[in-house]
Formats: sequence, C-alpha cells, structure tokens
Amino acid sequence: MAEAEAQPAAETPPPTREQLLAQAVATLPGVAGTEVALGEVVAHASRDSLVTLMVTLRDDPRFAFEQLMDLCGVDYPVREERFDVVYNLLSVSLNQRLRVIVTTDEQTPVPSLHTIWPGVTWWEREAWDLFGILFEGQPDLRRILTDYGFEGHPLRKDFPMTGYVELRYDEERKQVVYEPVNLTQDWRSFDFISPWEGMTTLPGDEKAHEEKRRGGGRP
Amino acid sequence: MSGTRDIVEPTKQTIEIDSHAINFGPQHPAAHGVLRLILEMDGEVVERADPHIGLLHRGTEKLIEYRTYMQNVPYFDRLDYVSPMCEEHAYALAVEKLLGITAPERAQWIRTLFAEITRVLNHLLNVTTYALDVGAITPSLWGFEEREKLMEFHEAASGARLHANYFRPGGVSRDLPAGLTDRIAEWSETFPKFVDDLQELLTGNRIWKQRTVDIGVFSAEQALAWGFSGPPLRASGVPWDLRRAQPYDKYDQIEFEVPVGRNGDCYDRYLVRMEEMRQSVRIIRECLARMTPGPVKVQDRKFTPPRRAEMKHSMEALIHHFKLFTEGYHVPPGATYTVVESPKGEFGVYLVADGTNRPYRCKIRPTGFAFLQAIEAMGRRHMLADIVAIIGSIDIVFGEIDR
Repeated sequence: MAEAEAQPAAETPPPTREQLLAQAVATLPGVAGTEVALGEVVAHASRDSLVTLMVTLRDDPRFAFEQLMDLCGVDYPVREERFDVVYNLLSVSLNQRLRVIVTTDEQTPVPSLHTIWPGVTWWEREAWDLFGILFEGQPDLRRILTDYGFEGHPLRKDFPMTGYVELRYDEERKQVVYEPVNLTQDWRSFDFISPWEGMTTLPGDEKAHEEKRRGGGRP
Repeated sequence: MSGTRDIVEPTKQTIEIDSHAINFGPQHPAAHGVLRLILEMDGEVVERADPHIGLLHRGTEKLIEYRTYMQNVPYFDRLDYVSPMCEEHAYALAVEKLLGITAPERAQWIRTLFAEITRVLNHLLNVTTYALDVGAITPSLWGFEEREKLMEFHEAASGARLHANYFRPGGVSRDLPAGLTDRIAEWSETFPKFVDDLQELLTGNRIWKQRTVDIGVFSAEQALAWGFSGPPLRASGVPWDLRRAQPYDKYDQIEFEVPVGRNGDCYDRYLVRMEEMRQSVRIIRECLARMTPGPVKVQDRKFTPPRRAEMKHSMEALIHHFKLFTEGYHVPPGATYTVVESPKGEFGVYLVADGTNRPYRCKIRPTGFAFLQAIEAMGRRHMLADIVAIIGSIDIVFGEIDR
C-alpha cells in the first residue's frame, strides 16, 4: 500500500521555476515554442511580433524582465534563415532569466527594440557590424567595433579568421597603409573529426545526406 | 545695389553660438585606455557625447571559434585585464555547465578566494585612478603598492602577475603553493587599515565631494533600462548582486553584505566600491578558514591533464596528455548563457557548442559596454570636467569593451 501511494508522487515531481516560466511564456502570442535546456529557459519567437512580445515580457508582472542584458547573433550558413538573434533578458525583481531567439537572413530586418530599452542600441550596432543583421527602426545603425571604413562582417562563418586586409605604417609615405593579408605560413586548421565516430557520410552518400540536413532545419 | 539689400536683409541673422566639437582621446590619460569621445560642446557644457569604441578590437570572439576549449582560457585574461580571474571564472563555469562536470570542493574555494582577490585588485585600481582623474595623486601612489601585494599572490598561484590563466573548466590549473594561504591571511589583517586610510583621504574630502556628489545621477529605472549591473546599479539603489541572487561556486555558503547606494551619483559608486572591498576581505577570510585539502581538478582524465611525473611511467597518461593538448575535449551540443558578478558587474559568456572540440560561437557580454553607452544620457548638460569624473566612476576597461 505504502509503495503504491508513494509511486505517483515520485513519477511527477513538481515543475521547477524554469518549467513554470517556460509554460507561461509559451502561451504568449508570437512564441513558436519554449524549452528548458541546462536549466535555462529558451523561447523561439517570430520576428514580426517581437516588439509586442518584448513589451509584454517587460511590463507583465508575471515576467517583469526589466533588463536586456545581451543581444548577439549566431551564424548558421547552411540554414535558409542563417542568423539567430539571441536576446538574454533578466528580471531583477523576480530573479529569473529568459533567452528569446528569432531567426533572420541577410536581407530581412529584425525590429529594433531601442524604444523598449534604450541600452539596446549599441548591441544592435554590434550585431550589424559583426554579422550584418539589419534592425528596422534603429536610427543609429553605424559600425561600432571594427575600423573606420571596414568592409564585410567578420563574425560570419564565411569570413576568414585572418581577414582580408592588414595595416602597417609606411615609412616612405609617412602614413598608415592597408594591404592585402600576406601570410608567410598558411593558417593550419586541423580536422579532429575521427573517421570512426564523427564521419557519418560515406563516399557516394553525400547527396542524400545533404538533403537530409536541409530538411532537418538546425544543423 | 539698394534693391538687393532690401531682399537679403530680412533673412540675414547673426546668432551668437559657441558650439564646437572636441575630440576627447583616444590618447587622453583620463580616457582609461583608448576611448575616443566626440563631445559637442556649448561653451564648457556637454551637449552630446558620442563614444567611438573599437580601437582595441582584436576579434577575440572570432579567434575563440578557431581554438579548442582549453586554448581559449588565456583570451579571457586579456579582456578585462584588471580583473582577469573573474573573466576566466565565467568561461570555466560555462564550459563546466555544457560538459556537466562540477569542480571539486577545494577548487571551488580557491576560485572564490581568487575571484575576491581580483575584486579588490580591480576596485583598488578603479578607485585610485578615478581619484587621480579628478586631481588626487596620493591614493594612486598608495593603492598601487597594495595592488602589488595582491599581484604577488596571483604570481604565486599561477606564475603570472596579470594574465593568470589559472582557472580551468573543471577546477584550477594547480594547487596553491605552500605558505600562500598564510600570506593571504596576513594581508587580510592589514588591508582593512589601508581601506580606512584611503577612506580618510577621499570620503570626507571637500574637493572630492565637490567633483563627484550629484554628478552623473542615474535613477534606478534608468539604470535598469540601460542594462546596468554591478556597483553602478547598486549605487542607484537596486539591491542586486549575482553572488547573492544566482550564486555560483561557494558564494551560497558565505556570509557577506551587499552595499547599496541611494543617489546613483558618482560619489555613491565610489562608496559602494569602498564597502565592497571590505566585504571582499571578509569573504577571503572565510574562504581561507573553510578550505580543506583535496583535489583541485575534476578527477577525470578526459578533461584533466595528468601529472608530469605520472607521464614518465604511464603510457595511458601520456596518451591522455597528448590528446588533451592537441585535440582537446569534445563538448556536447548545447548553449548556455553563464554569468558571474565580475568586479565591474555582470560578465556573461554565451557559449554555443556543436559537439566538436571548438566553440561554435562564444559571445562575451562585456560589462563596461552598457555603462559607456549610457555616458550620453548620464553626462548630458554636465561640464567637460564632470565627464572625466563619470568615466572614472563607471569603471571602464577597453580590453573587454572592444574585445
């Protein structure tokens, strides 16, 4: 008897704070889905209703996310919408965090949130500078970290780590000059994927695996 | 002639304006590194401040994507080079979270201890150079002497004064040398006296107060909206400290107080830092008292390199050593945003792993980025000299802002 009573309680542990938050966020309009991974709440949202969603998250007393601590891009070149834009929110009053992720590509702008949190401007400028993500309604979308007159978006996966131009002081011309990068030794990138565990595509199967990966969405 | 004059004269106006833009930095000693601040002035009053950053940009995030998890630790020292160990701490915790490992007891105590030593190091530099910027020379001369003592502790533990490379995912690189804990305990006895002296120089000082009280006032609402954290947020009256609210390592077992200001001006930010130094000494003492002998690295050969002596006779150890330092360990796919309370505020690492031995993406959330952005709002209609006080009070270091 005692065992039979104890069994159901053990099967359904009470939901954690993170799970409760994920459930509450999932009911909001514009949220495609939520998950709790490694004890962190992640919400996938749609680009179009991002501003209303963020206003709700800030002003609704259940969420009360007063702060946007961080905004960053992540590049997945194999996907159709290659960029993830990741917003890390923090609620100081309820002591909880939430990560909101929207996707976009090179051409489609993401709505700017600078009207909700004034401190977002620099993070958006940074994402524009390093990834080339456009933000609609951001009046100050200048480059921020790279050099004046820099070309390209260095954190994209197709941008080489060594870059394209290097800079030096030219003694004859008495000025700083830009030249194409000239490496005396090639940058060596070792392949550590073991053929015994990592390589799953056998010669001849490339096309089938490529199609499978396309359909799969996230790489 | 007279006809044309009639047409021109009504539209011709002479307005007396004294507007000009000045370039503050990047080679200005009060710019704390390489800040280029373009100030639009109305006389001596700042109308608009436009910080240009990126002059120290080294592409750390890009470099991290091309190195193994273990090779990446030294990059974190070079971000905020005034508080290197706290930066390593965030990265070590993030990788541990993805790997699902926990550092052993002693390693956690050591990391807590050195995170607090780093906090004192950082606040000493900030408070004293901040005082130097507004005209007080003595605090910096005294403070750097104290910093030197702390850097000797860094050197004894890690072998380097500044770029420690001491914390590792899964512990610390090696145990403390014999006698170091006694020396730290000795220092913790004498240091509060130094804080008293420093306080006597500044807290009641009339010039210091004239330069900092009611300068750069930021309300709690503003501070939250601009993404503030750490001492500037607490000075605005928000009792928020990640060591207390979201504790990591041993902070949940330690008693300390979180100083909170009320006015959110430059003076309160200074007061919060002074009190934090006293609290840090308290934490350091407690860490020393409660530390017990034991392993300092996670006892798993897949993450921790073997001892050199062991490699001389064990083939197994030699292979592990070789594999760890060429290939490194593979981290299972996942993403985490891990934060620590660095001396400056919330320092975060957003780490995306894809199952290989290198991070897919490592976003570093620098603390000073948010503070520097707010200079525009904080310093509007202030005098030029007040901008210097504000820059000092928000504690910016360009290693982390520019990355």
